Amino acid sequence: MIRNFFIILIIAGLAGVFVSLFWEFGASDTLTPLATHYANNGAAEVGAPNLVTSIVVTYRGLDTLGEVTILFLVAAIISFFLKVEKKGQKMAPPRVSSEIILTASKLLVPVVLVLGIYVFVNGHLTPGGGFQGGAIIATAFVLLLMANPRFELNHRIIAAVESVSGMAFVLVGVLGILLAGGFLDNKILPLGHFGKLFSAGAIPIIYSLVGLKVGSELSNILSNFQDVQKDEL
Amino acid sequence: MNLLILITLSVIMLVMAVTAVVHKKLTVAVLATGVVSLMASVMYLLMAAPDVAMTEAAIGSGLSTIIFFYVLNKIRKAK
Amino acid sequence: METIALITSFVLILIGLYGILSQKNILKMIVGFSLFDTGLHVLIVTVGYIRGGTAPILDQVTGTSNVSDKIVDPIPQALVLTAIVIGLGVTALMLAYALKMYQEKQSLDIRDFKELKW
Repeated sequence: MIRNFFIILIIAGLAGVFVSLFWEFGASDTLTPLATHYANNGAAEVGAPNLVTSIVVTYRGLDTLGEVTILFLVAAIISFFLKVEKKGQKMAPPRVSSEIILTASKLLVPVVLVLGIYVFVNGHLTPGGGFQGGAIIATAFVLLLMANPRFELNHRIIAAVESVSGMAFVLVGVLGILLAGGFLDNKILPLGHFGKLFSAGAIPIIYSLVGLKVGSELSNILSNFQDVQKDEL
Repeated sequence: MNLLILITLSVIMLVMAVTAVVHKKLTVAVLATGVVSLMASVMYLLMAAPDVAMTEAAIGSGLSTIIFFYVLNKIRKAK
Repeated sequence: METIALITSFVLILIGLYGILSQKNILKMIVGFSLFDTGLHVLIVTVGYIRGGTAPILDQVTGTSNVSDKIVDPIPQALVLTAIVIGLGVTALMLAYALKMYQEKQSLDIRDFKELKW
């Protein structure tokens, strides 16, 4: 009972904080000074129509690098944690998928993969980008794993894609120091015509690398959870 | 019109959130969390954030729910 | 409009915190954490909302310069974009720990784990 009392006390305290914040909150009609700068000069400085992309990749590119690193660490810890010893272990009997999923996966997996690639290649023009495209690619792998549970992702290929794209991401960043203004500067390539696919300097390249890296990391996490299903406790 | 949709979404989200916390069955709780994420992604769309809406729809309601179900399946099999 | 979203996000955060604190089952606690996460994301996007603003994607209609009075704030959206992906990573990590704890003790009840209790 004393426990419930403390829980209610904590919730009520946080609710009080929220109520006072709610009265303070006024709907703003103008942007903050930093956002105003990005809005007025973003198109001229970066050359990407999607301002969220230009913030994620160029203005705050270092944050994205750190974020991808955290995701890599998560994938590494999970694969270390859920490691399955293969030898001398009984395998659970295979689950048979229904005909509908088998047929649908043959049809849908290539389409979903192409959609994911489209989303991260066009990240600077339309809503979307590396993170969304990577998640969509991982969804395609989920469909594949559901259709045939014995399917094993080739870990060597996934590791190769992930490390090559990570290295290339850092390499493009260092090229920014040598050829342009600073780390992860996108002006190492010409800005091009505003609104075309090959424009905005290095942003399409960087976001495609981020998309490949995020997609392989999420697929790696999912395939680890799938591998755990196979062995009996 | 947007306001009406937003109120509907918010009511569904809150009902589903309460369901997720109080319901006895874990399957229902996980599915309710997925519904909350999906409604949140529509809400982002109404609030002029299409990038965030795409991310939330693909990750919050897709991959996250699937990982939960992998773990639930494993625990159910072990019992 | 932003008022409703703000109230929704606050209530979601409170429900999530209640779930984390009151539930005994570890998986239910992770569900509560997930709700808390969603509430925080809605809150951050709401703070960046400008009344009557359009999405921060420039085209012929908005023009390419001096658009600061037409679009919503893009910075909170960029922050939430990364926060959602990190949230998935943290949830997956917690689920992996929960699975390992279950394999250790054959139980998901938090009261069965007393090693670090004082």
